[in-house]
Amino acid sequence: MKAAELPTIVSTFRDIKDRAESHWRELRDNSKAVIMVGTATCGRAAGAMEVLKALRDEVKKRNLDCPVIEVGCMGHCYSEPNVTITKPGYPPICYAHVNPVIAERLIKEFILGDDPCLEFVLAAAEENDLVPSFSDFPRAQYEKKVVLKNCGQIDPQQIEHYIAHGGYAALSKALQMRPEDIIDEVKRSGLRGRGGAGFPTGQKWETCRYAAGRSKYIICNGDEGDPGAFMDRAIIESDPHSVLEGMIIAGYAVGARYGYIYVRAEYPLAVHRAEIALRQAQKLNLLGKNILGSDFSFDIKTFQGSGAFVCGEETALIESLEGKPGLPYNRPPYPATRGLNGKPTVINNVKTLASICHIIENGAEWFASIGTDGSKGTAVFALAGKVVNTGLAEVPMGTTLRQVIFDVGSGIPNGKRFKAVQIGGPSGGCLPESALDLPIDFDSLTDAGAMMGSGGMIVLDEDDCMVEIARYFLEFTQRESCGKCTFCRLGTKQMLEVLDEITKGKGRIEDIDMLMELAQDIKAGSLCGLGKTAPNPVLTTLRHFRDEYEAHILEGRCPALMCADLITYYIIPEKCERSCDACVGTCTVEAISPNKQRIKVIDQEKCVKCGTCLTACPPQYNAVIKVSPPSEVPAPKKGKTRK
Amino acid sequence: MALNKDKRMAEEQAEFKQQTKQILKRFGRKRSNLIPILQKVQGKLGYLPREAMLEIAEFLNMPDIDVYSVVTFYNQFRLNPPGKHSIRVCLGTACHMKGGYITLDAWKRRLEIEPSETTPDREFDLDTVACVGCCTMAPVTVVDNKPQGKVEPTKVDGLLLGFELERKKQKPGGQLPTDEA
Repeated sequence: MKAAELPTIVSTFRDIKDRAESHWRELRDNSKAVIMVGTATCGRAAGAMEVLKALRDEVKKRNLDCPVIEVGCMGHCYSEPNVTITKPGYPPICYAHVNPVIAERLIKEFILGDDPCLEFVLAAAEENDLVPSFSDFPRAQYEKKVVLKNCGQIDPQQIEHYIAHGGYAALSKALQMRPEDIIDEVKRSGLRGRGGAGFPTGQKWETCRYAAGRSKYIICNGDEGDPGAFMDRAIIESDPHSVLEGMIIAGYAVGARYGYIYVRAEYPLAVHRAEIALRQAQKLNLLGKNILGSDFSFDIKTFQGSGAFVCGEETALIESLEGKPGLPYNRPPYPATRGLNGKPTVINNVKTLASICHIIENGAEWFASIGTDGSKGTAVFALAGKVVNTGLAEVPMGTTLRQVIFDVGSGIPNGKRFKAVQIGGPSGGCLPESALDLPIDFDSLTDAGAMMGSGGMIVLDEDDCMVEIARYFLEFTQRESCGKCTFCRLGTKQMLEVLDEITKGKGRIEDIDMLMELAQDIKAGSLCGLGKTAPNPVLTTLRHFRDEYEAHILEGRCPALMCADLITYYIIPEKCERSCDACVGTCTVEAISPNKQRIKVIDQEKCVKCGTCLTACPPQYNAVIKVSPPSEVPAPKKGKTRK
Repeated sequence: MALNKDKRMAEEQAEFKQQTKQILKRFGRKRSNLIPILQKVQGKLGYLPREAMLEIAEFLNMPDIDVYSVVTFYNQFRLNPPGKHSIRVCLGTACHMKGGYITLDAWKRRLEIEPSETTPDREFDLDTVACVGCCTMAPVTVVDNKPQGKVEPTKVDGLLLGFELERKKQKPGGQLPTDEA
């Protein structure tokens, strides 16, 4: 950077920041209430758009000076739709499970009146004397928000909000540094790629910087194909500028001119918000020619992935960007030396890029002080499955699985027992209770047979069958295998057939050895990560839950009562209440009818085992049960007529 | 009658060609534009008819089979016309463990079609999706691009009833019945 440019960058950025801050102050000037509605996809699925409309209508109808803005996801997805109201004289209060009726009441009673409607409160965003705050939650002592800092706090569609919260300061700082120094900073921070493999980011950048070739590319990998993971979606939807800023800094550091944000087409909202963010950044000259008056130019485009899991693999991703089917190719050469269009290319995960601005701003030492020896910084997890507080959590590396599941996630709902946690999606594995005290970092999880993956964490309880989950993941990888390598294409198919038989109770005991053997061959004979890790779910479940496989094979019994072919629904006549018809009405295939004594009986011929009757049967009777193996069901007594 | 049908098909094909050409105007003749073009064309036509693919292959100066290979490789692209309402059942891990496969069974049973098919009256098309990232609302079904949380067999019936009522409401309004002969 030429010395003459430095003052330009500083003053240009100061102007932008001043304007953004005054914009933010105007919104939050403490004279009026501000309503924030979380409208990321998770909120929308719970009805946030209806709530937003109800609030806006009400504000308009009553002619209130009260901005209603959209924000991203706070991570408390279990309590969506979330609405946060900041009213002068009160702490910012977050409400849970808001619907249009509650929304109307909040306006009438809290905004107009003085009743903060405590019955709907989730928590306050700040400590205060009125309501408990998020910092009083048990999870607060484990959480450390770095990447998720802005999520749910700012409107992702207004760049001013991001800048007012310290955004793009790192870019301005980076542009005043030498690219080599930025790479050095990232290297010293110990940041490892958050896409799953954990490759040191600084090293990747360095390779790319010194690779031959004039045009280079930065690609943000947002092809979050892992079923059960939604961190990248939430970040792009809630704080897209943090990703852009990371990309621009990366571009400056390695000397790239163009960048792509590769987002799955299944995430239309993320694509939309990324595009808005790009336009806004261009307008303020944070993107485009001569960024902030420096001699560095950089442009970013979005690209929608077309729904192929394998495209999360970097070489397959490049192929699809070039307009070809996403078949991975052999490495080396790594994309950092020869990638998109044959040019050096850095491909980083969304969370990796979102961490960059924090490293530049706070320094490598600060980042390296978080986490464990081998894995620095924080880990973002998407908690889902059988856990009370589903949602997003960011904890320092080295936090144990137990802390994440039981303290952050508040444990298993409905008093059920924990069975396993599935980490890393189809490439990862299932860890049993004995592994719960493992610290979460790249190395310890790999040692345990699972892997960090991109951060999806599915909690399984006693009702989940481990053979079935292994079969599920294999079905997924088998379907998504691109077909290039024989072992991956045919081996996964073979394994799936074996598992299918086992879940139907037709397995043979030798099948277990065959599965192990096939798993080794597939791992050895596949080119890319998909094939190399595809057998992991089977291997880990076999290692930790072999007894369940044996129960399926030897006894025709599914211990978790999940495999449809091995269970039967049965109504215990002694428990069935004659005056109650709850199950009869809800049965989706009309398979339940009362007999002469008005005791309900299931017609096993018609039953599709959907479980609706089990849910419908009132808890005071609890007459519907699942039985495995089906032969355990007592035969209907003679003389009873159905219908 | 048969003549009429042929004529209608020819008209439809010409229309597809025309609309594909319109979209192609906005793109350069680079292979890397293939996927964005396919996405735009499918966005407009609802699926990728043969005529559109041929048109695209010609525009990008590449073999027809290569366009077809890309279309069939990616899950996003479809080769048959969609229904009026799209039903996408999420089969992500969380949805699966909470009974997504039971929900899929319920849709199949009610609509009487298999995934990636369209009902004969072109009202509904059914498909599965790997994960829509709403794992906390599992099991999820995306109905007309809106993710619906906690869709169990009873809610499937409820959603279908909603469409039924809407159709009944529209009928007396004088909407012409479509001739699907």
